Amino acid sequence: MVSLNHLIVVCLVYVAGLFVVAFLAERAALRGRGSWLLRSPLVYTLSLSIYCTAWTFYGAVGYAARSGLEYVTIYLGPSLVMIGWWWILRRLVRIGRAQRVTSVADLISSRYGKSNLLAVMVTIMAVVGVTPYIALQLQSVTVSVSIFATPDLGAAQGEELNQNAAFWVAAGLAIFTLLFGTRNLNANERHHGVVIAVAVEAVVKLVALLAVGAFVVWGVAGGVPQILARIDASPISDWNTGGGRWTAITFLSAAALLCLPRMFQVMVVENDDERHLQIASWAFPLYLMAMSLFVVPIAVIGLELMPEGANPDLFVLTVPLSLGQNGLAMLAFLGGFSSATSMVIVATLALSTMMSNHIVMPLWLKLSDVGAQQSGDVRTVVIRARRLSIMLIIALGYFYYRASGGSGALAAIGLISFGGVAQFLPSLMGGIFWRGATRTGAVAGLSIGFIIWMYTMLLPSFGPDAALSAAVFDNGLFGMAWLRPQALFGLSGLDPTVHAVWWSLSINALVFFVVSIFSFPTPLERLQGAQFVNVFDHSSGPAHGWAASQGRTEDLMIMSQRILGADEAQAFFAAQALKQGLVAEPPAPTPEFVQALERELAASVGAATANAMIGQIIGGQVISVQDLMAVADESAQILEYSSQLETKSRQLSETAQELGHANEKLMQLSLQKDNFLSQISHELRTPMTSIRSFSEILRDMEGLTPAEKTRYASIIHSETIRLTRLLDDLLDLSVLENGQVSLNAQRVNLYDVIEQAVTTAQASSARQLEIRRKASAEEVMVYTDSDRLAQVFINIVSNAAKYCDALVPVLDITVWREEANVVIAFRDNGSGVPVEGQNLVFEKFARLGNGDADGAGLGLAICREIITRLGGQISYVPDGGGARFEVRLKDLQFDDETKLNFAV
Amino acid sequence: MAEARLFLEKRSYRRRRIMDAVRMLPFLCTVLWMLVPTMWPTGTDGAAVTPLSTALWYVFVIWALAITASFALWRRVHRKEGGTETGTGLSDT
Repeated sequence: MVSLNHLIVVCLVYVAGLFVVAFLAERAALRGRGSWLLRSPLVYTLSLSIYCTAWTFYGAVGYAARSGLEYVTIYLGPSLVMIGWWWILRRLVRIGRAQRVTSVADLISSRYGKSNLLAVMVTIMAVVGVTPYIALQLQSVTVSVSIFATPDLGAAQGEELNQNAAFWVAAGLAIFTLLFGTRNLNANERHHGVVIAVAVEAVVKLVALLAVGAFVVWGVAGGVPQILARIDASPISDWNTGGGRWTAITFLSAAALLCLPRMFQVMVVENDDERHLQIASWAFPLYLMAMSLFVVPIAVIGLELMPEGANPDLFVLTVPLSLGQNGLAMLAFLGGFSSATSMVIVATLALSTMMSNHIVMPLWLKLSDVGAQQSGDVRTVVIRARRLSIMLIIALGYFYYRASGGSGALAAIGLISFGGVAQFLPSLMGGIFWRGATRTGAVAGLSIGFIIWMYTMLLPSFGPDAALSAAVFDNGLFGMAWLRPQALFGLSGLDPTVHAVWWSLSINALVFFVVSIFSFPTPLERLQGAQFVNVFDHSSGPAHGWAASQGRTEDLMIMSQRILGADEAQAFFAAQALKQGLVAEPPAPTPEFVQALERELAASVGAATANAMIGQIIGGQVISVQDLMAVADESAQILEYSSQLETKSRQLSETAQELGHANEKLMQLSLQKDNFLSQISHELRTPMTSIRSFSEILRDMEGLTPAEKTRYASIIHSETIRLTRLLDDLLDLSVLENGQVSLNAQRVNLYDVIEQAVTTAQASSARQLEIRRKASAEEVMVYTDSDRLAQVFINIVSNAAKYCDALVPVLDITVWREEANVVIAFRDNGSGVPVEGQNLVFEKFARLGNGDADGAGLGLAICREIITRLGGQISYVPDGGGARFEVRLKDLQFDDETKLNFAV
Repeated sequence: MAEARLFLEKRSYRRRRIMDAVRMLPFLCTVLWMLVPTMWPTGTDGAAVTPLSTALWYVFVIWALAITASFALWRRVHRKEGGTETGTGLSDT
């Protein structure tokens, strides 16, 4: 047996060794040496091993002895998170570095608009959740000491020793944390002494557990097949883990890895290089696997060897001891001691940073009403606050241990603690993945989750009639059955742990989500939210609205000196001045500078406090819409801009096109006018020339016979008539085109109109034209100007008489109804209009063929104008043989409204 | 950041596929660890109970494979990063 004194000596030597290692590490870091080790991925991975506390060192074996393989879920969850580093941890570490985050409370507060309320809430929740855990570590150390002590001392003395051991362990841990945890104020800087000590302890506990395991497998059982046979023969051989419990605890432990303040401290805050995370993604699961490899064998052998009623939580110690392996037992004790101390040190460090930054400092700032500008070193205040917090937290753990009397299975307390910190998960994940998450939502979710956790997990853990009365257990709060702490809403079939995790986390997440959706974030929240969620796009972050003015730099300098220290502050200001291109003068308080300073201060006192302190000096923080726009996806802005440009240029090109069309039209009109004028001149000139020639002959030639005189005079006369007719036509056309014509619309019979037109045309025509009509079809009443319509018909009939080249010219006039129109078709039996002229027949001065100069070529143009005025259409229809003109008129029978169209 | 190209050269292509594997691995492990054991017979429905040694083998073999896969992927990424392409290809693929 190992004597108690022996144990104490070994323990003291071990602790002294740890102090030396930590001290050497601090000194090496100060001199800038040894960074190959201090900043290596190995040390990073080993420091993560504070996940494996005394709970997992001793408790896992006890857990396995009680519930078989279920203990492994505690390790599987973290392994999953590490293997999936790319999804969450990578993001957390990047945010932690970009925002100079000091703790998990700082991260959540910073994300939700640097809200101090949230920081305080998270801090209090973390303290409440972690204190039992610290107590648990003290308990494990004292219980393990008692194993060695009990044979030497009586039971009463053993109990007294337990209390003393707990006290001295707590005191020693406090001293270590004070010494190495508060050396530098900047919580963002690495605590090299602490980290290296933790790494050494990680190796010790792994070696210890592996040694005990190897001894059990090869020393006791005699090999792997034998131990497997004994496992299957043991009382825990049956697989009886409920699916719900298996999944719930795996999830819970994964959540705890992300949310535990101490894990956040080593994983994010102390992270030196993002690439270390990638190495830890396989190295840390490897460590966890090694830690859990021999748990079941130790538990099985312990159950076989140890007497009924022995505490399975201590099999790691009692199995070697009972087999006389004192050295191995001593190593196992050191392993458990290492697990407990490293956890307490880092957890205390993390919690004290949170307490001093989020509770003590804001209170101090508020109480010392002159604020941050007051003279005196703030650093001493911060350091004192942190030291006070360390002592307070360890004292809390100690008193919790004293109060709880060290009862209960280790694993149960660990799971309760996990459940408490897991309440951060919705706000944390929502904060880094969802820009819509708001502070109100986070406050609501955290509060409700924490309350449900207290009611369903923490308070019932003390047993009936301790924190909650037995009546509440059986009948629910206020006698309401649906409020029973282990059967909320009547869900009584569940395991208590699964029940508590399910209700607290699901309601927490739901409330967080719903309240976030229905609340509106402040500008600072939106800004921070964008920076967190888009951390890979905006790592540097845009400068935001400190509206500082010249002359404030002095104040900022005084404040910074008091927080960062004179040398550090001066170095920082000089570097910033250099960045602004200034030599030998203080930097201008540009928004960029002030923001950089705020980040620097945040690394020491937390985001919310730094924000408040700068706010006291600078005045209000201005976040404009422009700032938010700047954070908003820049590419979206560019897209917006380019789409605006595109629209503008499209409008421009459309306008240009319209202008082009208008120009073309004008050109055409001008050309038409020119053509028209030249044709008019031509048409007028021809008769004028002959009138002038013949009148000159009459005047100058002597001896003209009366017959000649008569002939010449009649030529002049006929030319004059032709001129007059031309002018009449022109006048007519011009009147029609200008719309000045007055139409005398009335109800007429189409037959009468055609009859009149045919008669007139036949009378004036030299050639005989046979006209075929069908009188009955022409008996149609139309509402129109009969004189004008007749004019059109006369023109068409005379054209036929004039141009039809058949030997016996015949003109068919047919009339029929087509929908709401009356169609009058004129078809002769000549060869028709040549194809190339068909488009031109209605144009002015369009004369086809070699016809005589009788017509001016205005007839059909006038016809078209008249018919258009009458609300109809006239068209030339190519018909194989002969010319065919169709006139369409609105049929009065179908459309009485037509008459309105004549009110021109 | 270079403008988005539709097709990558072989090296970048391979690296992106490795990162795809890195992203997929935790989901595979989740299925194997969190879902499969919940479907093992517990003896309540008449089927033979899963012996603890089998369960141990299963969990630890998956564990070892996951660690090996994670390690191999890290090696691949590490080697590719050490090549001609530098920068933070990991973070923004």
